[in-house]
Amino acid sequence: MENAIIIVVGADKPGIVAGIASKLAENNANIIDISQTVVRGIFAMIMVVDISKCKVSLAELRKQLQEKGKELGVEVQAYHEEVFRYIERV
Amino acid sequence: MRYSADEIIEVYRMLREEELDIRSVTLSINTLFALAGNLESTIKRLETLNQTLEKFSYAVDEVSGKYGIRVVTRRVAVSPIQFFLESLSEEEGIEIAKFLDKLAEIHKIDYISGYSAFADRGFTKGALKTLKTFAKALNTTRRLTGMINAASTIAGMNMEAIKLYVNEIFNMPPTSSSRASIMANVPPDSPFVPSAHHGLGMPEATINIAVSGPGVIESAIRRSKPKTLEELHDVIKRAAFKVTRLGELIGKRVAEKMGINFTTVDLSLAPSPTVGDSVAGIIEAMGIEKMGGHGSLAALAILMDAVKKGGAMATSAVGGLSSTFIPVSEDSVMIERALEGYIDFYTLIALSAVCNSGIDMVGVSKSQGMDKVIGLISDVLALGITLNKILGARIIPVDSPPGSYVDLGGLLGKVVVMKLKDVDVSGFISHAGYMPSTIKRLELG
Repeated sequence: MENAIIIVVGADKPGIVAGIASKLAENNANIIDISQTVVRGIFAMIMVVDISKCKVSLAELRKQLQEKGKELGVEVQAYHEEVFRYIERV
Repeated sequence: MRYSADEIIEVYRMLREEELDIRSVTLSINTLFALAGNLESTIKRLETLNQTLEKFSYAVDEVSGKYGIRVVTRRVAVSPIQFFLESLSEEEGIEIAKFLDKLAEIHKIDYISGYSAFADRGFTKGALKTLKTFAKALNTTRRLTGMINAASTIAGMNMEAIKLYVNEIFNMPPTSSSRASIMANVPPDSPFVPSAHHGLGMPEATINIAVSGPGVIESAIRRSKPKTLEELHDVIKRAAFKVTRLGELIGKRVAEKMGINFTTVDLSLAPSPTVGDSVAGIIEAMGIEKMGGHGSLAALAILMDAVKKGGAMATSAVGGLSSTFIPVSEDSVMIERALEGYIDFYTLIALSAVCNSGIDMVGVSKSQGMDKVIGLISDVLALGITLNKILGARIIPVDSPPGSYVDLGGLLGKVVVMKLKDVDVSGFISHAGYMPSTIKRLELG
């Protein structure tokens, strides 16, 4: 399994989860976990996504998600799980 | 492996809001295979670098894209030009300079570093030719950088090299002199331009990493509001660990993609002119109202020690200069404090005692003459020798008067012209020769 972590930040409104999830499904990226939190008063959604069978590279997936994010009025970032493993775990 | 929302948001903040990035990925590559004794064959051999540089550029793009981490600059360090000029002429040196510059441009390399020579005890023919063509080489190129190692704890300090160097930088516009430095104890594995070069004792090719991240440290201090110096040290140490780990990850992956050695992460904090990406900002977050105020040196010493301790845990591959850099023009807060007069040359020299920056990216007025600049550089290098540490000077001679600034734009920022003391030092610097190595030399064996 190869995971990416996707972070969606912005004002809350209906359709954000559906929009991002459908874009992931289109690319065959499988959502493993979703949680929501509030960062400095701003809505933030965190997804852990299995990209081992993803049709496109993570760079391309990130681009597509960010375009979708623009439509939805939210900021989307996608990082490889290794970034978190290196920074947060010894 | 599960991560808490707090951990994920912490990483997100570091990368998005606190300007954490990879300052440079540097491919350091041996080019001595191209030594041929004539220009034509040398260039022909150097042309084989095309393939390697293409592969390098591709590897950086791939890794940066995969991990979503910004790589601010990609750099190449080659073997010092000095070796080529032992047998080639000065004019041929300029041709090699132009060729390397073109190579960098073709492959979107921001800097190619290695118009460099070692002259700490004296000159070989190659070292002298390098120095004498320094201005011409940098003035006819845009991405080439160079360094003269004019002092070392082992050998002493070459005053003649400093004089020649200053003469050269006085013949450069700021766009060139910002790509030149003079050093003491230069390391063989530094990812930092202008002093990067492929040093002796290195394998054929290596990847060296320099991380940024002053914003991360500053935010960590401001958020945690430590009450004791121990707490302050600990907060910095933890943040430095995280910053360094990112460098380790990216460096390893680029090296893997290229099938070469990953050599070092420079445990450093390097600022950029972006607001919130300032080393001086950290010192001010530590409670010094204006960087340069009394206590700045102690604060910087705490910062340096904590960065090194945190970084040492994060990577086994420590290298380069491993220090906090305070290039004045490239640090938004340093620029302001220099213009306000809180930072002068002696403050910078004092700060050099606890970090490896030396005097970096500071303007001097040409009207104040070369002698004082020679004196100033000799101060910095003497400090490097005496403390047995790496120090350098990157000084930008300009036509503007002290107190003004020249905007170089981009990462280079605003060069503040600082006043040199109006004291005649010509008697001292007119002494020929070199300064013998100090008693430290005997301690080294």
